[in-house]
Amino acid sequence: MGIHIAVCIKRTPSSTSVAIDESGQIQTAGLPHGINPFDEYAIEEALRIKEKLEGSKVTIISAGAPESEDVVKAALALGADEGVVVTDPAFDGSDTMVTSLILSKTVEKLGDVKLILFGKQTNDGESGHMTALVGARLGRPSISAVRKVTDIDADSITVQRLMDDGADTLKLNLPAVVGVTKEINEPRLPSLKGKMRAKKAAIPKWGAGDIGVDAAVVGKDASPTGVVKMEPVPARTAGTAITGETPEELAKNLVEKLKETKFI
Amino acid sequence: MDYELTETQLDIINLAGEIADKKIKPVRAKYDASEEFPWEIIEEMRKADLFGVYLPEEYGGLGGANLELILMSERLSQACAGIGLSALTSSLCAIPILLFGNPDQRKRYLPDLASGKKLGSFCITEPASGSDATSMGATATLEGDHYVLNGVKNFCSGGKTSETYVVFFSTNPSKGPRGISAFIIEKGTPGFSFGKKEEKMGIRCNPTYELVFENCQIPKENLLYKEGRGLHVAQGTFDLSRPGVAAQALGIAQGALNETIEYTRQRKQFGVPVSSFQAMQHMLADCATQIEASRALLYSVAKAMDKDVIPATQKAIKEGILVYDAMKKLGAKRWTKESAMVKVFCSDTAMKVTTDCVQMCGGIGYMRDFPVEKFMRDAKITQIYEGTNQVQRNEIGMMLIKEAASAARREAVAA
Repeated sequence: MGIHIAVCIKRTPSSTSVAIDESGQIQTAGLPHGINPFDEYAIEEALRIKEKLEGSKVTIISAGAPESEDVVKAALALGADEGVVVTDPAFDGSDTMVTSLILSKTVEKLGDVKLILFGKQTNDGESGHMTALVGARLGRPSISAVRKVTDIDADSITVQRLMDDGADTLKLNLPAVVGVTKEINEPRLPSLKGKMRAKKAAIPKWGAGDIGVDAAVVGKDASPTGVVKMEPVPARTAGTAITGETPEELAKNLVEKLKETKFI
Repeated sequence: MDYELTETQLDIINLAGEIADKKIKPVRAKYDASEEFPWEIIEEMRKADLFGVYLPEEYGGLGGANLELILMSERLSQACAGIGLSALTSSLCAIPILLFGNPDQRKRYLPDLASGKKLGSFCITEPASGSDATSMGATATLEGDHYVLNGVKNFCSGGKTSETYVVFFSTNPSKGPRGISAFIIEKGTPGFSFGKKEEKMGIRCNPTYELVFENCQIPKENLLYKEGRGLHVAQGTFDLSRPGVAAQALGIAQGALNETIEYTRQRKQFGVPVSSFQAMQHMLADCATQIEASRALLYSVAKAMDKDVIPATQKAIKEGILVYDAMKKLGAKRWTKESAMVKVFCSDTAMKVTTDCVQMCGGIGYMRDFPVEKFMRDAKITQIYEGTNQVQRNEIGMMLIKEAASAARREAVAA
């Protein structure tokens, strides 16, 4: 028996080097954008579950600018069935707390969603909050850092969660929220017919009113947290090479260097 | 250069490019060395719908034509011409069926070739019959409701990996060239087996086999077009398929140049990158210019051809007639001269460019650890198969003379 899977994806800059302006905010205008790379694994996992559980449906949700339609279509080209862009000027500047409200309300509107998938984090904000926040909002079990889905049926999902010292195996009753890591699969490439289908697809756009959210509780002003400042990570300076002919000599020189720099 | 390609054509380039760079590049040296067929990549190409880019939607294709085939072939060949060849060999089986197959044959064979579920091959060569296809010895004899095939064909690209074969036999040896006929044969037909597998200089992962026919019976419905018109089928096919080889050659040249530019920028001698030397820059400039000129000719010819092929295909499907007949009804020209021109020009470019690329990379360029020597080995076949470049020049020359003669006739009539 099939299940309805929702995959939440974000349109983010494809580049890894993003400029930060004087006010300490990321400058993304004009950069090429695409599906957040971490989300590609979530889409792939949803498609694999769909192939396994016959009759399943995959719906893509992307909250953000209207241009998010591009990434929804890219996901449809990969094989997702439907998609929706959740966009409203009132959402601008929402933090992760508020974004989780927007996504939760969207999932609720979809109605019969049994599994909500996220990538581990985004490559721009990098908070990695969303799996847990949406789980809490919906009152459903949630697990981040899932590296493998070992079993799934219409009622439950069994997953391996990546830990520092190995992996936990956990079974969750559905509906549940799962965040996946890059280890989970190798995302497929789109097909040409998928791309053509995606181009023709009409992607609905839902605003605050459509998902039943009061404009007063979303956006920058309603967000309890804010990004104060961002700074580029300073470039790493060249290290010091320890030289020596023999292992003994190398060890001796290393100890001397450590003493000299007062590490020991 | 902006060649005014459609969004779908750009999608084909991008997707073929992703497969080429992410999937093919890491394994090309392995398959070149082992001479194994890259089924894992074939699967990727199938899933991406690449096998049907040039076939009508009615048969499960993407609705494109020659230009789509070319763009895919070029981009895949930038990574590996041997792996990219699998799509071309299939097209060399599908094109004669599309052009000369009746509606039943089109419906029966094209969908599986378009999806890549089945691969296809084309074989006309025999041990004693190469450029002189009229001298073939393999025979097909009509006995009741089936033909009995006997003889040996060789140098069949994609042999054994393909399921569907378009093969040429003499149905009437006394008639010479007018006794040759084309047939569609499926692997597994009793009496059809594979002989020697060739060891090749380049395109090594694509298997080249001898096909052996010993009292092989096929239904007479498998005759493609008419008895005695096999060479017509072959020429009509080559007129449209040679740009595919040209595209493969172009991809080889571009792939070799890309690797070479990258290397010459990194390689330092006398304290500076070797790309800073004028001698190197002039060679790079010549390579790039020849490549762009080849591409401009190839794309122009393919676009012009498609203006004939696409309406004719639609007409043929709608009216239940042969595409070849529809082309004639629509007054389409013969593309023999132009298809020979693109094949000659692009393949000569590929040989020249890859030779120069090996030269520019120096010692490392000659080594198997580095990819440019493979491009040079792969380039050579593009000057040979689907008609040697000497045969192409014969055809260009012949068409020039024919055109001049008919122009002279027109003038005489007008006067």
